[in-house]
Amino acid sequence: MTAEPLLDIRGLRVDYGAGPDAVHAVVDVDLVLRRGEVLGLAGESGSGKSTLAYAAIRLLRAPGMITGGEVRYYPEPGRTVDLLALDEPELRGLRWSQIAVVLQSAMNALNPVLTIGAQLTDVLQAHRPDLPARARTARAGELLSMVGITADRLGSYPHELSGGMRQRVMIAMALALEPQVVILDEPTTALDVVTQREILEELSVLRERLGFAVLFITHDLSLLGEIADSIAVMYAGRLVEQAAAASLFHAPRHPYTVGLLNSFPALHGPRQRRTGIPGSPPDLRLLPAGCVFHPRCPYTVDRCSAESPPLLEPDQGSGRLAACWRQDGSGPVPAELAQPDPVTGTAPGPAPATWAAAARPAERPDDTASHVPLASSADSGSQS
Amino acid sequence: MTDTAAATRPPEAAVPLLEARGLTKHFPVHHARRSRRLTGARGRARRGVPVVHAVEDVSLALPPGRITAVVGESGSGKSTLARLLARLIVPTSGQLLLDGTEVPATTRGRREYARDVQLVLQDPFSSLNPVHGVRYHLERPLRLHGLGGQGASLDEAMTGLLERVALTPAEQFLSKYPHELSGGQRQRVAIARALAVRPRVLLADEPVSMLDVSIRLGVLNLLGDLRERDGLTILYITHDIASARYLADVITVMYAGQVVESGPAEQVTDQPAHPYTKLLLSAAPDPDRAGPPLLAGSGAPPSLAAPPSGCRFHPRCPHAMAVCADSTPPPAEVAGGHVSACWLHATGLAPAQSRPLHGRDTAAGQPPDAGPAPPARLAEPPSPATEGGEET
Repeated sequence: MTAEPLLDIRGLRVDYGAGPDAVHAVVDVDLVLRRGEVLGLAGESGSGKSTLAYAAIRLLRAPGMITGGEVRYYPEPGRTVDLLALDEPELRGLRWSQIAVVLQSAMNALNPVLTIGAQLTDVLQAHRPDLPARARTARAGELLSMVGITADRLGSYPHELSGGMRQRVMIAMALALEPQVVILDEPTTALDVVTQREILEELSVLRERLGFAVLFITHDLSLLGEIADSIAVMYAGRLVEQAAAASLFHAPRHPYTVGLLNSFPALHGPRQRRTGIPGSPPDLRLLPAGCVFHPRCPYTVDRCSAESPPLLEPDQGSGRLAACWRQDGSGPVPAELAQPDPVTGTAPGPAPATWAAAARPAERPDDTASHVPLASSADSGSQS
Repeated sequence: MTDTAAATRPPEAAVPLLEARGLTKHFPVHHARRSRRLTGARGRARRGVPVVHAVEDVSLALPPGRITAVVGESGSGKSTLARLLARLIVPTSGQLLLDGTEVPATTRGRREYARDVQLVLQDPFSSLNPVHGVRYHLERPLRLHGLGGQGASLDEAMTGLLERVALTPAEQFLSKYPHELSGGQRQRVAIARALAVRPRVLLADEPVSMLDVSIRLGVLNLLGDLRERDGLTILYITHDIASARYLADVITVMYAGQVVESGPAEQVTDQPAHPYTKLLLSAAPDPDRAGPPLLAGSGAPPSLAAPPSGCRFHPRCPHAMAVCADSTPPPAEVAGGHVSACWLHATGLAPAQSRPLHGRDTAAGQPPDAGPAPPARLAEPPSPATEGGEET
């Protein structure tokens, strides 16, 4: 089941600004995107989810700065590319043809004074210079029909298309060079539910045919539950939980995930008052000490306000991760955080989660070289 | 929200506090020559000026002490309806009744109306003035309407308002500026401002869609509390049918400027009667769904400059019949208080009328320059022939 890693992010740190006033937007995040999978990256605005993705593919603009960690890309078995070490020309060769991005606001991402056709052929002209003009146009038409737009729309300007069609054009453009990784940054947030659903279905059909891996960034956790294979949840620049989609949904291990899931009213079942999460997301300039979530957390213990929890493995041998002191095995786990996992059948164990705790001590500065990879064979072996 | 409370009170318990009868709003399209070329003959109103049919013949009653949700996609006319109900814009035709009597169109009448009916807008980042503090925003409605008094009693009125929306300690919040508040806090200030004139009806136009996921529920619960505690009548406008189910007693579904279905909240979401409501529900994210979602329809909403004839949903409807393209379906009661405007509920249709409308000719019903995606596209997945074969 577990495929080989395609994009491996380790201990990534991103700051906005420098010196003592720097805002730490992404702090020590490990994330692995595997070949052919849909990895959901969920979090509220300001949680660092987009910053993480843009930093990983070096699209971050000043004052954003990568201050630590490494990002490896494995284009094919046995070949490793260190994305953070590439220079501009090398990056140009890699972006779009290997790793493509679909931006959130299609209205702003398309050039309003150029036709769709011109923008699609421009991509091909830059990356496939040997292709004759006629073939480029034909390919652009093919791309459009691939996302369900008739090729005669090539002559249309962005303003002549509906929001959903523009977003489809963006997807067609991202797929123009058949990349291995597609990063979708809130691709359907501005769209109506019906259009959103159509685009998601199209994406899954295309993914099955072309086999690319997807990093799907969104704030809509309920959407990820349907489309993602695994989900990583971010809060205040930190990864707080990661698990298979079904596990995360039905047996969350981190209090923030529990609260977030509770924030979406259900479409079925009895109508009950839900509480959501008290308070508001923290200001990244004034982060609380200890666990960043503790001021909003209903399950705090003394340790939470003093020490920041590392990513622990609450269920022995499941491979799922949560950064919560309640899951360190030292005390009873609240029932809400200890639902049995529907995928692996595991539950938070009574013994200390030694593997993960030993692998990732709480305090580890920029010592990225000694990081134990999340995708270690022991981990993936036990999961499958 | 509170299940029992909603169940014990039937929806038509009393005379509606606020009622719209046959409300219609057409927006004239300027640059008439160009527009006419774009919209074609059907876009023109009787007097020859092309119009956008934003809201068409909408009747809506807000029972006192209830939350009524209006659900629809963008362009369904739900925000126009809110602005009509707030009397910010003048309807093309139709009546607006407060306590069963028509509201006079005088300045004085409008001010009295504003005291009873208040609107909360979607975006608290732009609905509060950034150069003024919270104090100013709350003081102004109190002064304009001669409420709250002077000095200490004015301060007391303002802190009372902030406490009602759970912004405590209220004294601290009074001196803050919008940029010092989070999105949820700003929306609470906007709600407090609306509550300042002690309205009986609160119109909330997408009050949580701009807020972070984790704080949306807090604002929704606040609206629920205002209904429970103060008996406030609330119109909750949203595109999110799940949140409407959570909060509202009654759900009204709008499509292309018309009401297509209305009824008790749980009944509309659990036993939808109109094909459009079914489409909306089938498209909504639902992690509990067993198996992949099956979309009950396709396409995008029509252009309101030239809405489709008959039932406006017929070009996208999987059940469309010949009669649907010809005449607007009358509202039919499918259960107690549950009304759906669809020809499927009609009995005794002639065979010619009930002939299925589309096999493949759905595009015919689509207005020529509507812009949105061609319908029925999902039914046919992109064929392998169109794939970029030469690259692989």
